[in-house]
Amino acid sequence: MLQLRDVHVGYGRTAVVHGVDLEVPTGSVVAVMGHNGAGKTTLLRAAVGLLPVRAGTVLLDGHDVTRWRPHRRVRAGLAYVPQGQQSFGQLTARENLQLVADVQGAAGARRVDDALDLFPALRGLLGRRAGLLSGGQRQQLAIARALVTGPRLIVLDEPTEGIQPSVVAEIEDAIVQLAATGGLSVLLVEQHVGFALAASSRYSVLESGRVTATGAGGAEREADVRAAMAL
Amino acid sequence: MDALFSQLFAGLSLGSVLLLAALGLALTFGQMGVINMAHGEFMMAGAYTAFVLQALIGDAGVSLLVALPLGFLVGGLLGLLLEVTLISRMYRRPLDTLLVTFGVALVLQQLARDVFGAPNVDVRAPAWLQGAVPVLGMNLPRTRLFILALAVTCVVVLALVLKLTPLGRRIRATVQNRDLAEASGVSTRATDRLTFFVGSGVAGVAGVALTLLGSIGPTLGTSYVVDAFLVVVVGGIGQLKGAVVAAFSLGLLQATFEYSTTASLAKVLLFVVIVAFLQVRPQGLVSVRTRSLA
Repeated sequence: MLQLRDVHVGYGRTAVVHGVDLEVPTGSVVAVMGHNGAGKTTLLRAAVGLLPVRAGTVLLDGHDVTRWRPHRRVRAGLAYVPQGQQSFGQLTARENLQLVADVQGAAGARRVDDALDLFPALRGLLGRRAGLLSGGQRQQLAIARALVTGPRLIVLDEPTEGIQPSVVAEIEDAIVQLAATGGLSVLLVEQHVGFALAASSRYSVLESGRVTATGAGGAEREADVRAAMAL
Repeated sequence: MDALFSQLFAGLSLGSVLLLAALGLALTFGQMGVINMAHGEFMMAGAYTAFVLQALIGDAGVSLLVALPLGFLVGGLLGLLLEVTLISRMYRRPLDTLLVTFGVALVLQQLARDVFGAPNVDVRAPAWLQGAVPVLGMNLPRTRLFILALAVTCVVVLALVLKLTPLGRRIRATVQNRDLAEASGVSTRATDRLTFFVGSGVAGVAGVALTLLGSIGPTLGTSYVVDAFLVVVVGGIGQLKGAVVAAFSLGLLQATFEYSTTASLAKVLLFVVIVAFLQVRPQGLVSVRTRSLA
């Protein structure tokens, strides 16, 4: 589904990601873990096209999309939920979803409905400005918005960071449910190692912009991964 | 009482002109953050569109009604050309944009001089806009009433487009968070171009309206562009309703100052008030409230 081959990314003169290889096979959940500053978010932003790749290749369904703009990748089935519960704060929750549905035609309205089924709490908040929602509600809205694009692969950057525990469980359940029943591939960056491993079929540990460990997922691998991350 | 009403109308009338001049800028500067010094020249292009149409059609009423949409198109296309060729290469470089668009403004002024000549020219107002309407013992010029109605119409249409249409949603999303808009499947390049087209088009409409107030010349835009920027800054960047409130407030203030002093001194006093106001409220009249900045 998504392949990163020898990808190098940086900001200005600073190189952040050095030759990373990563593959998300169709229907799988791949977790990327690492300390703050390891280059996880930079890697994800490059994968979705928000940062230019200095060297290497990004392949989506075997097509080289390295030079594609982000919106084109989205339309090809790659959705992205950035770090920090980002929404369009001055738009209502409904407009946040409608914005994406606009370009989907009839399928858009159905997908809005499906996304709201996944996060029913949002139904009562549709008329409220997204900037006035709580962090957990905004994150649910962000995931819902990504789902309205009709993705086959969703890239999630720390979806439970900074969110109250009750909502964290809802979001984690939704991710597991999407991967299990929706046939969706997931690339997940997550600080919560236990959840990330339980949900994923493969994991990679990133350190100083390089993959330092990789293996099959599963909750039983937590001790190995914590050792690899020196937690 | 008459004097008060007269000043009120003068202020509203001045405010409507300011609003028309600033409305397009509220999109291109207020929403997109582009300091486009050639905005006034798009108004000038709209004004000359009305002039050329009147020469071609003859009938002042028909030519005015045709000039309004055509002025929008001319202003919009000039804006689109500027965005595609120059401004799109300079996003996030505001000083470069300011200098380049100032250069473009000078080029457009010279072009107008070469094509239409340096002296000002007149555009006749149609018969149905000549004369005045008696209201409460006052004679209100029809042209001023027309411009007031046009300004209000433009605001309502623009607000509805921004609020209710897919394009409006895309514009608001892109100006709020460009990366997130891209990552939500919105082509922000296409949105930028459309936003600039609409903003510049409204400047063209403003130019057509200005032909009703007096003769027009190559430097028509220069006299309005600073006022237009003032309206957007005082109103609050990125806020359409801020521009509306600011335009009418500044119009009323200026009319009041002009009534009590002279036109030049009124301008000085207005600037003093604006500087003092921005010291107290640098974010402008209307600011955005959210729980997060995102």
